[in-house]
Amino acid sequence: MPSNKEFVKFDKVDKSYDGKVLVVKDLQLDIAEGEFITMLGPSGSGKTTCLMMLAGFETPTHGEIYLDGKAISSIPPHKRGIGMVFQNYALFPHMTVYENLAFPLRVRKIQKDEADKKIDKALSMVSLQGFASRMPGQLSGGQQQRVAVARSLVFDPQLVLMDEPLGALDKNLRESMQYEIKHIHESIGVTVVYVTHDQSEALTMSNRIAVFNDGKVQQLSSPDELYEKPVNSFVAEFIGENNTFVGEVSDISGGKCKIKLSNAEILANPISVKGKGERTTVSLRPERALINPSEKMDNIHKGKIEEVIYHGDHTRVRINLLGNPDFILKVPNSSSNLDIKLGNEIKIGWNSEDARALDPK
Amino acid sequence: MSSETKQILTTDGIPLEVSLKKAERKNKIKAFLLVAPLLFFLIITYVFPIGDMLLRSIDDKMVTQMLPKTFKAMENWDGQELPEEEVFAAFHEDFIKLVEEKREGKLSTQLNYTKNGFKSIIKKLRRKSKSFEEGNYKEQIMSVHKRWADVEYWRAIKRRAPEVTNQKYLKAMDMYTNEEGKIVNVDEDRRIHRVLWLRTLEIAFFVTVFCFLMAYPIAHLLATLPMKYSNLLMICVLLPFWTSLLVRTASWMILLQQQGVVNDFFVWSGLVEDDNRPEMMYNKTGSYVAMTQILLPFMVLPLYSVMKTISPSLMRAGKSLGGTPFVAFWKVYFPLTIPGIGAGCLLVFILAIGYYITPALVGGASGTLISNQIAFHMKSTLDWSFASAMGLMLLSGVLVIYWLYNKIVGIDNIKLG
Repeated sequence: MPSNKEFVKFDKVDKSYDGKVLVVKDLQLDIAEGEFITMLGPSGSGKTTCLMMLAGFETPTHGEIYLDGKAISSIPPHKRGIGMVFQNYALFPHMTVYENLAFPLRVRKIQKDEADKKIDKALSMVSLQGFASRMPGQLSGGQQQRVAVARSLVFDPQLVLMDEPLGALDKNLRESMQYEIKHIHESIGVTVVYVTHDQSEALTMSNRIAVFNDGKVQQLSSPDELYEKPVNSFVAEFIGENNTFVGEVSDISGGKCKIKLSNAEILANPISVKGKGERTTVSLRPERALINPSEKMDNIHKGKIEEVIYHGDHTRVRINLLGNPDFILKVPNSSSNLDIKLGNEIKIGWNSEDARALDPK
Repeated sequence: MSSETKQILTTDGIPLEVSLKKAERKNKIKAFLLVAPLLFFLIITYVFPIGDMLLRSIDDKMVTQMLPKTFKAMENWDGQELPEEEVFAAFHEDFIKLVEEKREGKLSTQLNYTKNGFKSIIKKLRRKSKSFEEGNYKEQIMSVHKRWADVEYWRAIKRRAPEVTNQKYLKAMDMYTNEEGKIVNVDEDRRIHRVLWLRTLEIAFFVTVFCFLMAYPIAHLLATLPMKYSNLLMICVLLPFWTSLLVRTASWMILLQQQGVVNDFFVWSGLVEDDNRPEMMYNKTGSYVAMTQILLPFMVLPLYSVMKTISPSLMRAGKSLGGTPFVAFWKVYFPLTIPGIGAGCLLVFILAIGYYITPALVGGASGTLISNQIAFHMKSTLDWSFASAMGLMLLSGVLVIYWLYNKIVGIDNIKLG
């Protein structure tokens, strides 16, 4: 079955609450059928607003949203047939788990025996069989979360929206729920639009991630591409850890560029710089820089160890390198790296390909 | 099994329980001393007056103490025929004593409550008794007036023998004990209290309903509007609260009277003819309008406090799951507000059932409540025991409603704030 590439389509959508500030600016976003897409961004970046517009609780100020080819701006929320998991679950506290799950089926006038089957199926999907007669208040946070997921899926919607559903859970539970939701998505093939401000959640769960900032999608790509190849310095900063050098392009040739820093020069990969004299921020992932590089690397510099933090499986080393006092290195905990001591001078090397020269912020 | 478990001792060898009690005794005494003034205040202002009211409403010692010898002599009288000479003699003795103390007037009032016609014959007896000769009092008393020879009147006296009575309660229900000692209804044209009880219940019920219908949307607005508007609305709700009850009632009188603002508006807008202005005051309408307005905050506040705690995402969840706005409201929002509805309705109903000033001022004859009748007997007829009886009936009515509510909805479900 050919999947619909434009199952959900935001077409030039603007949103303003007060007529002065645009919360969402000219949003253009296509979501394919069966995809797990995450809207990631800091709070106030407009991601939840986008979700609310899709659910029908907010109307776009300008532009149109299409669901499966149909414009939905004029369709009220209860007719859109979109499942939704809310931030604090929004389980109905006066109904049992069974009644909570039966609610969407009852309003659709589905026969009781068929509804019971669907409810059983949904509960077993989140491994909560036998909890049907409990009240939500008698469940733990994780169980409530699962009920909320089951409820959003029980009426077989084509699209499920999740608004920071794991925000209220503790770390361990959050991680196991991430996998659980991912597996549910894989097994039933529903389209999921997921909103979070937690990047590790986004990276582990999604097919594609849309990074939001300032009402705009900064980058829309797969998790690995987002991490390895950020297109601008916001994305580089926001996703994962990042070492930066601020400088000026002094030469560009053959897919490499020279960046002049205050007291040195480094080689980098020109991503968003075009010519000489441009200001730029060079971004380098901590794990791409090595201590005492054995292989040939085109950037090798000396730095002084300022701080050593022991993390168990790895050690974080803060180095004063080329005028940047906050250069971070992650050193795997193996016996070969025992000479890392405070105050030592060490050699650091990296490939210019991994040092991405981005916009100057 | 627990009784067999070994007693736990502290390190000093004192049983743990004893040690715990000792440690907590000081705190308990402190706590008690803190609430003691309040407890004392409550006993004086609440427990004691209600107890006194109860005693007063059933108390009938007055006549018992005025005619002690008569009642003693009457003990063996079966009430069929006229009593023996012995009773007459005892009555004469008691009566002479009362005359000396100038208390025979009180006796005649009291006996007149039991049976009409005592006033004049006691007056006559006092005059004639001065010339009574010793002995054969039966003949002499019977010759004073023919009613003294009527066994009905002696039975009426005997009915006042017990120190307690339920007559006041029967009277409040428009009933009384007749000559044969049976409880019967008073004549139809003399029944006033039953109508009042029913009207009190009716007005309290409808005022509660009106308050609920008006308060629900207001409370919902209060709970959902942005802060700056909801604060303003809250002040509008509370403003009447801070105004004197009398002022508010008086302003309703200005608004509702026949030449008042509301009627003027109706005439001006052509809704009614000038010579056919509707009466909106001194009847039930007046009571309804004014009481609903005055009791509205008592419904709004509990509803508001409950609605404030309902997360707006619940309604959204209801809609996103496919419920129309009405279904989402009815199945999700409304059931969650029931604790507030219960609290508000109970509060308004209980306040309305004992409401006094407003119905007295704007209720007129057809809009007065049982509380006005109580006040009437407190102030005008000075029949305090009757007023107490009605007050207690009102109190027990309220307690019954409270009990019913607890049975049906559960008092734990109530939420006042």
